Amino acid sequence: MASTKRNRRRGALPPPLTPYSEPLPGVDTTSLAGKLIVIEGADAVGRSTQVNQLRYWLEQEGHAVLDTGMARSALAGKGIAKAKDGNTLGPVTMTLYYVTDFADRLENEIVPALRAGFVVLTDRYIFSIMARAIARGEDPEWIERVCGFGLVPHAVYYLRARVKDLVSRVVIGRGAFNYWESGMDCHFGDDMYESFVNYQTRLIRTLDHMSKRYAFTPIDASRTPEAIFSELQRRIRSLQLKPVNGTGRAVRRSA
Amino acid sequence: MDSLFTPNRHRGKLIVVEGIDGSGKSTQISLLSRWLRSSGYAVAFSEWNSSPLVHETTRRGKKKEMFTPTTFSLMHATDFADRTERYILPLIRAGAIVCADRYAYTAFARDVARGVDPRWVRNLYSFAIRPNLAFYFKTPLDTALSRILGGRDALKYYEAGMDLGISTNVEESFRIFQGRIIAEYESMTAEMGFYVIDATQSIEEQQREMRAIVLRAIGRSLKKNVLRAPVVPAGILTETNGVH
Repeated sequence: MASTKRNRRRGALPPPLTPYSEPLPGVDTTSLAGKLIVIEGADAVGRSTQVNQLRYWLEQEGHAVLDTGMARSALAGKGIAKAKDGNTLGPVTMTLYYVTDFADRLENEIVPALRAGFVVLTDRYIFSIMARAIARGEDPEWIERVCGFGLVPHAVYYLRARVKDLVSRVVIGRGAFNYWESGMDCHFGDDMYESFVNYQTRLIRTLDHMSKRYAFTPIDASRTPEAIFSELQRRIRSLQLKPVNGTGRAVRRSA
Repeated sequence: MDSLFTPNRHRGKLIVVEGIDGSGKSTQISLLSRWLRSSGYAVAFSEWNSSPLVHETTRRGKKKEMFTPTTFSLMHATDFADRTERYILPLIRAGAIVCADRYAYTAFARDVARGVDPRWVRNLYSFAIRPNLAFYFKTPLDTALSRILGGRDALKYYEAGMDLGISTNVEESFRIFQGRIIAEYESMTAEMGFYVIDATQSIEEQQREMRAIVLRAIGRSLKKNVLRAPVVPAGILTETNGVH
């Protein structure tokens, strides 16, 4: 096992829509017809704007699209929001809560949608969970293995900007720094601004470090949203998505 | 074993009990913790699946039967992480004895019985503090079953492994699933260095054995390192003080 892992790390990734290193018990991932597209990047880099536009465009082109993102699971979404309200979430607890949320969405939304031939657009993936854990000092090998049941996407578009671009987006666009986006739970600086800069610098460094191993496609996100969008369109076109007559419905079976 | 958990380099101690439902482990750890407390040590208690932070999510997931083997495993690990970060670790650092009713071994047994990869789940819990003592209460399945079936009217869905679709009969499913869990405990006994207690003995005999093991294995270190309550002069020890 250890040697396979090492080989994988050095060599090529497993093919798309197979798990990175650990199988998902009880889940059949053999006949998935859809495409899995990941948009990754730091906080405030403009991911959700792009996901919304991409969804609209892909639907106009005739593709069935599922979009999903962190803390949106039926199981753990509310619990995470509530836990973050209290500001009492330890780093390991927060990491595992997000992995639980991801696993629930993977098994109940993403895999069924892929089986039905959907294009799945996901705003962040295991990489953000791993980067946040590593930026908080957790062992990279530990979290990488914990997340090893994630399926390899067809593409990971990494929206990359400098920290000063992020700062201006937060200040101009939102008007205030957020406690968690500033990594204040780990106190990376004396105030929210300083902590934001230090924490986001660590996150970007960690994502950069993953970029090669996980075959990210870096996208310069310091440009206008329009320029970023047309590059994403061009790259997604080259994935050659086939129009698929999806029949199944990508929803959780009623409990 | 050495790389499995995070070593305990602190003043405090961690004592855990494991075994299937109905093995009598909760009674034993409760008696042990009272004995340690009455000996003057600072003692704290932590129960499996008891973090208030994730309680609501776990409850809802169980009620609506939303769990898969993977999310069941991850949710319990999240609960465990919260108790470790906010409760167990700080108390051990402060010098207390933490007594835990079930520990990561419960996940190693239950999750693997559900089909989760044994190495994956061991890695998942690698942040856990390594216990100073881990007791396993070995019980024949029928003994445990008669204790449980006598005490409760309904077996719970996940406890009976009903999510696995082994059998549509709850009692039969429970028997098969708990049998698998016992097999997992047995196969990790040597790997984990469990102190095995024969849980068919009387409560008093089991407790005597546990106390003897505690004194033999960590008795000197308890005296030297663990936080103790200030000594109360014999004259002012009232009955109320004695009870607590």
